[in-house]
Amino acid sequence: MTTNEFIGEGFSETLHRVSGLRRFFRVFLKRKIVLFSFIVILLLVITAIFAPLLAPYDPYKQVLSDRLLGPSWQHLLGTDYLGRDLLSRMIYGSRTALLVGIIATGIAATFGSILGTLAGYFGGWVHSVIMRFVDSLMSIPMIIVALLLGVMLGGGLVNIMIAVGFGMSSSYARVICALVMSIKENDYIMAARASGASDLRIMLRHCLPNSFPPFIVLITINMGGAIMIEAALSYLGLGIEPPGAAWGAMVQEGYGYLITHPMLALVPGVAIAIVVYALNMIGDGLRDALDPRLRGLT
Amino acid sequence: MTTYIVRRLIYGLIVFIVVTILVFLAMRALPGDPILIYVIEQDVQHVTPEMMDELEAKYGLDKPVPVQYLNWIANIFRGDFGRSIRFNEPVSKLIGERLPVSLYLAIVSFILASIFGVAFGVIAGLRRNKIIDTVVTSMANFGISLPHFWLAILLIFIFGVWLHWLPTSGYISPFEDFGKWVRFMVMPVFVVATWATAFFARQARSTILEVIHQDYIRTAWAKGLSERVVVLRHALKNAFIPVITVMGMSFVMMISGQVVIENVFAIPGLGRLIVAAIFAQDYAIVQGCVLVIAIMVVMANLIVDISYGWFDPRIRYN
Repeated sequence: MTTNEFIGEGFSETLHRVSGLRRFFRVFLKRKIVLFSFIVILLLVITAIFAPLLAPYDPYKQVLSDRLLGPSWQHLLGTDYLGRDLLSRMIYGSRTALLVGIIATGIAATFGSILGTLAGYFGGWVHSVIMRFVDSLMSIPMIIVALLLGVMLGGGLVNIMIAVGFGMSSSYARVICALVMSIKENDYIMAARASGASDLRIMLRHCLPNSFPPFIVLITINMGGAIMIEAALSYLGLGIEPPGAAWGAMVQEGYGYLITHPMLALVPGVAIAIVVYALNMIGDGLRDALDPRLRGLT
Repeated sequence: MTTYIVRRLIYGLIVFIVVTILVFLAMRALPGDPILIYVIEQDVQHVTPEMMDELEAKYGLDKPVPVQYLNWIANIFRGDFGRSIRFNEPVSKLIGERLPVSLYLAIVSFILASIFGVAFGVIAGLRRNKIIDTVVTSMANFGISLPHFWLAILLIFIFGVWLHWLPTSGYISPFEDFGKWVRFMVMPVFVVATWATAFFARQARSTILEVIHQDYIRTAWAKGLSERVVVLRHALKNAFIPVITVMGMSFVMMISGQVVIENVFAIPGLGRLIVAAIFAQDYAIVQGCVLVIAIMVVMANLIVDISYGWFDPRIRYN
């Protein structure tokens, strides 16, 4: 390859990339709701990172003389049944939500795409075995899979993230498998194989990167799903150990005081709903921008 | 069509067998000893090792795991799902009592969600970017984002605690008092159906948007057909396949939501039973419940697959 050719190639690639990126942002941010959602998630991340600076009180400190206070200037959202500041607990709860969203989804995506890539790439009996396993996993309601795994691993935030991640991995396996099966038929895969690339190299360097756009859409939407399942699990009593703050567990704790102090149960629920909504909207925006073919399928 | 259905049936059977193995192994992998939990719960005095062994033998837990599995499957074909350690009753009786409760909730919610979801979605798709589309789309986006249990609590607060219109929780059989049953079911059905309605509406809308630009729709308009005929005969029939896919997929997710909802409203259904059983490590109940749920899901998928072949003859021959 001469130097000229090299420069030419790189140059055209840069041009292509810039216009692609610009197009992406134009479509992505076209809808105001997507921009709004993006800001919401940005705020969530900032809140989670700077929780100790933002929280007015220690979220774990019980002041029993200040139990069940209504909203006031000292406690903007009031206090819970142990006299802990609700706002501070909400702020620390954002950490749990974000952690669950990222780690559970990461586990699901990793495990699911390994299964999906193997099934799609090798086909034949590998495909049959993996996909029947995935089908079976998908025919058990996710909350039951996660509950069983959660009890098996023994509660706690880390174990719940693993349980939720494993429970959600089947949908990735299905999507990635279908994508890899279609990617496999492309000429560039044949070219790679002709030039002596190993199966592993083809899978990692060709199949995975090319299934990236739908993958990222699925990840965004599933982050909302993971947060919802974790909330449901901790509502059912399996989740972060007390006194840790998680929005789902806070709804459950507040439920007992619904008649006298409805804020305790309703506020954390609003937070979950807003974050999940924002993630869904970002997912929709990404889908429109990255892969119009997926519209409506997720 | 027959080979197509037979092939789908075999798939269903394989999935079903794998589910039984997965659940069976998952239950055995749980930490803790169900017999010990039983002894503690029942507050049995002076437990001797012999008594423990006897209890183990009674529940068949002394045999190797593969033998336990085969025994379990063999007994199921005789209608015997095993005995619950926690409730000290046959699992088939417990499931028999609770399955109908869950089925009423699921069926009523599913029918309502299908009707309203598809109707809203189609209307929004046909009136794209009009007010009605904006309203439906944003409601649907909110609907899929609300946590079930929280929506349930919100409704309990508004209609139960505040307005006193509906009972906050509980259940009665429709054959005992139908009016009361309706009052108990309004909120749970609303919660389960909200999510599904939103989900179906999103799918129906985007499918209609895709179909409406097809050449055959333009041809139908050009032929001078009325809007009713174009929409119902030409657009809807072709839009149905993706919508049915989503409906089939959503069935298992609806059950997932229902598990939580039954716990919030204290409805004595399968979902409430299974959550209690998982925490009590009651092998027989969890296995039996998951089995029943898996049969329903596999059947729902089978119906979806068969209806594909019916709506789109091309699929049958692939």
